Amino acid sequence: MTNPNGRFGVHGGQYIPETLMNAVIELEAAYNAAKADPTFQAALTELFNEYAGRPSRLYFAKRMTADLGGAKIYLKREDLNHTGAHKINNVLGQALLARRMGKTRLIAETGAGQHGVATATAAALLGMQCVVYMGVEDTIRQALNVYRMRLLGAEVIPVETGTGTLKDAVSAAMREWTNRIADTHYCLGSVMGPHPFPTIVRDFQAVISREIKAQLMEKEGRLPDAVLACVGGGSNAIGAFYHFIEDRSVRLIGCEAAGRGVDTFETAATIATGRLGIFHGMKSYFCQDEYGQIAPVYSISAGLDYPGIGPEHAWLHDTGRAEYVPVTDDEAVNAFEYLSRMEGIIPAIESAHAVAHAMKLAPTMGKDQIMVINISGRGDKDCAAIARYRGENISE
Amino acid sequence: MNRIASAFNHGKAFIAFITCGDPDLETTAACVRAAVKGGADLIELGIPFSDPTAEGPVIQSANERALKGGVTTDQIFGLVGELRKDVTVPMVFMTYANVVYSYGIERFCDRCAEVGVDGMILPDVPYEEKEEFAPACRARGLSFISLIAPTSAHRVAMIAGEAEGFLYIVSSMGVTGVRSEITTDIGGMVKLVRENTSIPCAVGFGISTPAQAKKMAGLSDGAIVGSAIVRLIAEHGKDAPEYVYAYVQSMKEGMGA
Repeated sequence: MTNPNGRFGVHGGQYIPETLMNAVIELEAAYNAAKADPTFQAALTELFNEYAGRPSRLYFAKRMTADLGGAKIYLKREDLNHTGAHKINNVLGQALLARRMGKTRLIAETGAGQHGVATATAAALLGMQCVVYMGVEDTIRQALNVYRMRLLGAEVIPVETGTGTLKDAVSAAMREWTNRIADTHYCLGSVMGPHPFPTIVRDFQAVISREIKAQLMEKEGRLPDAVLACVGGGSNAIGAFYHFIEDRSVRLIGCEAAGRGVDTFETAATIATGRLGIFHGMKSYFCQDEYGQIAPVYSISAGLDYPGIGPEHAWLHDTGRAEYVPVTDDEAVNAFEYLSRMEGIIPAIESAHAVAHAMKLAPTMGKDQIMVINISGRGDKDCAAIARYRGENISE
Repeated sequence: MNRIASAFNHGKAFIAFITCGDPDLETTAACVRAAVKGGADLIELGIPFSDPTAEGPVIQSANERALKGGVTTDQIFGLVGELRKDVTVPMVFMTYANVVYSYGIERFCDRCAEVGVDGMILPDVPYEEKEEFAPACRARGLSFISLIAPTSAHRVAMIAGEAEGFLYIVSSMGVTGVRSEITTDIGGMVKLVRENTSIPCAVGFGISTPAQAKKMAGLSDGAIVGSAIVRLIAEHGKDAPEYVYAYVQSMKEGMGA
């Protein structure tokens, strides 16, 4: 899937300052060695199972299926993982890898705070230092996660440059990494950035589709017809898609954050509104103006509020293997409430984007067809913000 | 001899960086002329980018101010064309890959050649990715300028072996910005460079005082100063040119003394 230079078609690459080149070259070598080392894989599997609570459940959403009247709907419950989202899969892998490389300090960016919380958790577990960069806007809309990270022993640095959101947090973490490489691993949270990050993060998240495939085989004896996941950078989506890429009968659908709509400037739907560019270490699609200035994107979801998309998704889009659809704030909030009432499951507002598209798609599918929605995280963190969206002024 | 080589032809070179459009293009033009009058041998013109990941806070803020003022790549080409009527020192662009890529690499290089730009520095395009940009530069006589860093180690020979124009030696870890001291073994890096290329090399990142410039230029062929100049422009706005002139002159004198 990936060539030696870390390309997915034209996408990917290593567009980073010379200062970081040896760091990513060392990371690639260390990762390839770890990947081939059964001891490393066994240690990771043990952490997945005993600490993070894997395998996560594949739950048949009976009421939702009946209500929508079409495809049989299964929910992949990544929200049930320790720390409440899929982010822990990648972080446990990278933290083990960092320790193996002799690093004692993890730095990370975070949008919604889920990746920051997961990184702080892994750092606590492995006795490492942790510093998390978070856009100042996001520290406000996800205040609870800021507290969780601090409780776990991490230092949280609010990033005030630019739009004060996820892209600025990534930039700040990259700047900090150029400053301190010897003892520090940059624990990147999504399938983005320079090679080898998109490959490493995808491999650690691929456990999601590996489990879906086995679980569905056991329950239904066959492959799903469609797999849906939300996409910001795209880590939960690539995790949910990966082991189905070669199974051409399975539709892979990434749900992007359209914010107030793809015909407005207040959107973060990269595939729908972006064009090819180079940013944050990779070539991919980015929301940008005619001179290549990165656009100040918007979504109600801090975790999808990013102007780019991972290079492997860009390639899956180019080849037509996966479809990418925009979902607005309104649709996501409706889905957030719908799943809560219909199944007693409060999804993260990020995951609610996938639920929203499922609500449109399922009725168009046959009752003999199967759809899997990746519920990438739980929605406790979003309750106050959604209440405010609905005009209720509660504090958390 | 091309213009860049000639900049290193009369003693140690002083290289001044200025962010275009901060606070406006008229002031940028006046600052460039002031720096040249003060003795600058080469000018780096920063095309602002929304997310300059290799920059420290001073140049980040200059980028933000310039973009808020509405400056565009096309206007900056216009500025260089104007400057070229009387400025004879080499001028190179310093910007980010996406600014060039989104403009169209070939088209960007065409415009550079038309208005009299001599090369470009793209801090987010390392050796591994340079062939996407360098051939288009080469075809028009522009230098694609490479950087080496304190972490480059065994990569120095490879990078220096293909270097064009001059080699930009990054003095320290981290991003651009003033530093009280530079602890990297610059002499050792330069020695490695010399073994692999005959093109000149200049040291940048963290230099602000005449003593630092003298020391760094003494170890190499020149000193590059960005944040210290950009900070003067931030402080004095439209009145900055006279301060830039005085500062460059003091640096140039300090280096020669």
